[in-house]
Amino acid sequence: MTTAAIPRTGKFTMSLQPALLIPMFGAGILVYLAVLPLLMLFIGSFQAEVAPREFVYTLKNYHAAYASEYTYSTFLNSLIFASGSAGLSFVLGTILAWLTERTNTPLRGIFVPLAVVPLILPGVLESIAWIFLLSPKFGYLNVWSMSLFGLQSPPFNVFSLPGMIWVHSVGQVPLAFLLMVAAFKSMDPSLEESAMMSGANTWQTFRRVTLRLLMPTAGSVLLILFVRTLESFETPALIGIPARIYVYTSEIYLAFNEYPPDYGRGGALAVGLLLLSAIGVWLYTRATKEGKKFQTVTGKAFRPRQFDLGAWRWGGFGFLSGYFVFVVLLPFLVLFWASFLPFFAAPSWAAVSKLSLDNYRYLSGFRPFWDAMQNSIILSTLTATVAMVLTSLVAWIVYKSRLPGSWILDFLAFVPITIPGIVMGMALILLYVAFPIPIYGTIWVLLIAYVTRFIPYGMRAASGSILQIHSELEEAAAASGASWWESFKRVTLPLLRPGLAAGWIYICIVSFREFSTSVLLATGESRVLSILLFTMFEQGQVTVVAAIGVLMIATLLSIVAVFYKLTGKIGLQT
Amino acid sequence: MIEIKSLVKIYEDGDNAGVKAVNDISFNVEEGRFYTLLGPSGCGKTTTLRCIAGLEKANGGEITVAGNKVFCANDNTYVPAYRRPIGMVFQSYAIWPHMTVFENVAFPLRVGKQRVGSAEVKKKVITALGQVELDGYEERMATQLSGGQQQRLALARALVREPLVLLLDEPLSNLDAKLRERMRFELRELQRRLRITTLYVTHDQIEALSMSNVIAVMNAGVIVQEGAPRDIYLQPKTKFVANFIGSTNQMAGQVTKLEGNGTATVRTDDGEISCSILDGLTAGSNVVVVVRPESLNLHLQKPAGLANVIEGKIGAAMFLGEYVDCTVELGKNILQTHQRYTLQVRRGDPVWLELPAAECMALPADR
Repeated sequence: MTTAAIPRTGKFTMSLQPALLIPMFGAGILVYLAVLPLLMLFIGSFQAEVAPREFVYTLKNYHAAYASEYTYSTFLNSLIFASGSAGLSFVLGTILAWLTERTNTPLRGIFVPLAVVPLILPGVLESIAWIFLLSPKFGYLNVWSMSLFGLQSPPFNVFSLPGMIWVHSVGQVPLAFLLMVAAFKSMDPSLEESAMMSGANTWQTFRRVTLRLLMPTAGSVLLILFVRTLESFETPALIGIPARIYVYTSEIYLAFNEYPPDYGRGGALAVGLLLLSAIGVWLYTRATKEGKKFQTVTGKAFRPRQFDLGAWRWGGFGFLSGYFVFVVLLPFLVLFWASFLPFFAAPSWAAVSKLSLDNYRYLSGFRPFWDAMQNSIILSTLTATVAMVLTSLVAWIVYKSRLPGSWILDFLAFVPITIPGIVMGMALILLYVAFPIPIYGTIWVLLIAYVTRFIPYGMRAASGSILQIHSELEEAAAASGASWWESFKRVTLPLLRPGLAAGWIYICIVSFREFSTSVLLATGESRVLSILLFTMFEQGQVTVVAAIGVLMIATLLSIVAVFYKLTGKIGLQT
Repeated sequence: MIEIKSLVKIYEDGDNAGVKAVNDISFNVEEGRFYTLLGPSGCGKTTTLRCIAGLEKANGGEITVAGNKVFCANDNTYVPAYRRPIGMVFQSYAIWPHMTVFENVAFPLRVGKQRVGSAEVKKKVITALGQVELDGYEERMATQLSGGQQQRLALARALVREPLVLLLDEPLSNLDAKLRERMRFELRELQRRLRITTLYVTHDQIEALSMSNVIAVMNAGVIVQEGAPRDIYLQPKTKFVANFIGSTNQMAGQVTKLEGNGTATVRTDDGEISCSILDGLTAGSNVVVVVRPESLNLHLQKPAGLANVIEGKIGAAMFLGEYVDCTVELGKNILQTHQRYTLQVRRGDPVWLELPAAECMALPADR
């Protein structure tokens, strides 16, 4: 609102400098957070250290990264891993979304929240749980099916490309599910009804109208799933590396973990991954913009048509329950069970007698666990707060101030969405090793990394809530005699609060479970929970790891519970 | 009560010179009057209103409200919206969804300089809600009200501060037809009872004609005609006004002779017509003759001794209940006429159309 800049004298004297100061300040922060690390990454990828602290420019990093004997296999693994995971999670997510949104499957209502539950399970724990279940040596499902069917060899091997695809996919299904639910929900039923009135039967309607309308969305959802798999490091680290199946993210990690670390090669690999991700995001935004031509959302709440599945609806019910038991519940149960075991063992009467609280007792006096817990809590709450304050400011400038050049801010705040977690880690190492700011190895560098990566999420929450406040609501306050501050305090802020709170909690959760950036940046005393899990799992303390996992999930659940309680008070219905 | 002098508002348009949304307009609203800015969307009426409210800062001119200069481009006076003695109702009502009905109305009394004690707040809110017949709804959440109730709530909120001027920005456009008709009446009654100076913005001619003391018809950033509703309707000064308000028949022609007393003879493609003529037009001017459909008389037999009668045949006739809407094909022009519901004609029937000279008006063809 323009009255913001009006001094109390009643005279309107707006000089350009102070008005532009805030956007320039915002742009400065965003450049520092998002652009500078990428610049350092780019420069670093062309540098080689010939003597201590002495660098020359060279292409040898790119040669080492993209023309080695492993280049082809890494490329192929990444491609199979990403497209397989995108395809599988898309198919599962779409079936779940369709059954719950558009059919008369019994009890479908309760499966909607259940399908989203895995979001609470950090990727590292997802991988660990499925190793417990599908490891060829001791995985429960292997042991059981061998004894049940009298098999000679284990039927499943999680340490394989299909294993990686399965584990990563089930972690990604909630995302595909949510995106497809939104697509199904926004579909105007009259488009299908008019097809039926034109003489098309159910199947023809589905094939020629429903499916066609979904195509643009489906394409962009597949693309985003593909890019996110390419960027992920949880499954490649916990399953891929032991199985010697390397993808781009693991190559970057390994380049960093060599002795001495090969920052140049890591940088060159990171630049490639960044480009791939940027192209993916660019295509995605283009596709979704294109999709607006097909847009069926009008803001009206539709009641989509429900397909009558007839007797098949019990099949749908069977699928939903099967999915819930085997894919959602089983990982939680196996972690819970293992956390009470002194060493890993299949559920049996013999094992039941060995159950104890020893792992938890051990953790209560285990200093690194409490340090990591403290770091994780501090980091996630700080990240959420800093990111939301920053993005509310930026979103307000972009959408309300009408100041010239505010689109630059919008763009800068979008840039981090293209930065894969591990690339962010690599870039910050290059930046703060070169820069004389002594934050490398502290939690502050993690804070910077998290804030940068999650700015786009904050932006979405902040701009969403700012945009939905009709400007007349604020103008009515001015016309009622409220000054800018009174209007902000009593109208704008209360209306923004639910949206900002939702953004805060979301960033808090993703920061708490963050792994792929932390794996390069969190060392020694800045170690966070996900990294502690990773190291201890590599060291073989698997049942203690399970106990940490259970405590981690409990913490995340209590964050969510507190959030629901708080938002319930201010009357939010999401 | 409101004086506008040479108001100009320019919207930035990238590198271009900008769009003049309001282009040098001046008008006065006298105390206690109901003044309406009427025009199509984009004509600058809402921008004018927002400049008076202080929600937009104009680029030129002067605005005085109740004797106080609130805006003047020359000496850089600009009183912010919240310091102006106004109440405003927005098109979307702008009811705050996080407050109850009571809190919405109490808000103007709890902010700004003239804050009042809570007993006083309660009394004033109850009074304001009573004025719009919303008493008893105080504790409801504002979002639980129906469209019409929200509209009245917005009105109560605008009135509770007892402003000197009430600004209404298309307040009825979001209501359904029946409700709109009733609210039109209620709004008008309330304004008369409170005698509050009101500036009303609308694109709906019925609202403007039925409620206003004075109407200013706006187009493309300027006021094209200002006057009482009757004058605006019966004596439009331009083709635009004639077309925008009510439906109008138009026949192009040329003035052949001025008859004095504001009358003239005009030659059209379908013969000579005597009619009223706008001041300043001379013999030879290109004009359009405008005449309202309800002014035309239709004769089924050739009438004797009447002037301005043209022979034609029925084109289409529609029975609309209250009247029959039919088109009459003359030689070149097709005129629309409203006749009594008893009329029974068929396509092609020969008819004689009488254009009463006093209700035909010759206007310049180029404006």
